[in-house]
Amino acid sequence: MGLLDKQFDNSNIVITSLDSLLNWARLSSLYQLQFGLACCAIEMMAASASNFDMMRFGVIPRATPRQVDVMIVSGTVTLKMASRIKKLFDQMAEPRYVISMGSCSNCGGPYWEHGYHVLKGVDRVIPVDVYVPGCPPRPEALIEGLMKLQEKVRNESLAKKKIA
Amino acid sequence: MITDFGRILIFLLIGAVFTGGGLAASWVLRPRRPYPGKLSTYECGEEPIGGSWVKFNIRFYVVALIFLVFDVEVVFLFPWALVFKEFGMFAFIEMVVFLAILIVGYAYVWVKGDLDWDKPVPRVSRYVKGVGVVSDETADVNEHAAA
Repeated sequence: MGLLDKQFDNSNIVITSLDSLLNWARLSSLYQLQFGLACCAIEMMAASASNFDMMRFGVIPRATPRQVDVMIVSGTVTLKMASRIKKLFDQMAEPRYVISMGSCSNCGGPYWEHGYHVLKGVDRVIPVDVYVPGCPPRPEALIEGLMKLQEKVRNESLAKKKIA
Repeated sequence: MITDFGRILIFLLIGAVFTGGGLAASWVLRPRRPYPGKLSTYECGEEPIGGSWVKFNIRFYVVALIFLVFDVEVVFLFPWALVFKEFGMFAFIEMVVFLAILIVGYAYVWVKGDLDWDKPVPRVSRYVKGVGVVSDETADVNEHAAA
């Protein structure tokens, strides 16, 4: 079946109400894939811990990609890890989002020029929704990135986008 | 008018409708975009190697069997603990007899050595100068050959 795969030509009151319900449900429970790559992961853990408490946004780390909505790529993506990240992203169920956290996963960061083993930006293997700058970003920055993602989810619609 | 088991039946029915309804609703609604990469087995991002039907060592068999016996014994202990006050001394002696039978069996297993974890003794081969590589089986043969 898969009713949520359908796209509607015209938006009406039913679709917009359904949209807001779906988006509210999705943005309030963005489960996170539980894995950390480098020093950004320490900041991510701090963001999950009691001081910053990402769980108040509904971000709960889950240990399997089947149950998660958002993958926070927290740190240096080595070439060895890149294929694994691609595989993990593939195994996530739709709707799925990616937050690229920190300079390394945004563009290679300090490894840009001489890092023979580092992927120059995780967006070369998976689509990224939100980039969080910083080296490493503070937990507040990660939370802001998360709220940006929530904004993005809030504006999704089952109706087809009008191209102006 | 509902008997105790009638309540259990209602409970089961509600449970079946609740889980079945949830599964049916998600089947109707959920986005369905399967492709081989998504359907692959989750193994922490690694390629799974081999099937999931791997052989286990036969030594686990006895341990599993003994575990099962005592597991069931504990299951029997729970209802016994519930009615213990009602039946008093009689229940206590009954359970002691039951446990004693199992403990005799446990002692038997222990004495027979089924609880020992038999480790295979590795046969080490070593290099002897002038003779070559010798292992315990071939040592005698090689010594004869050298002599």
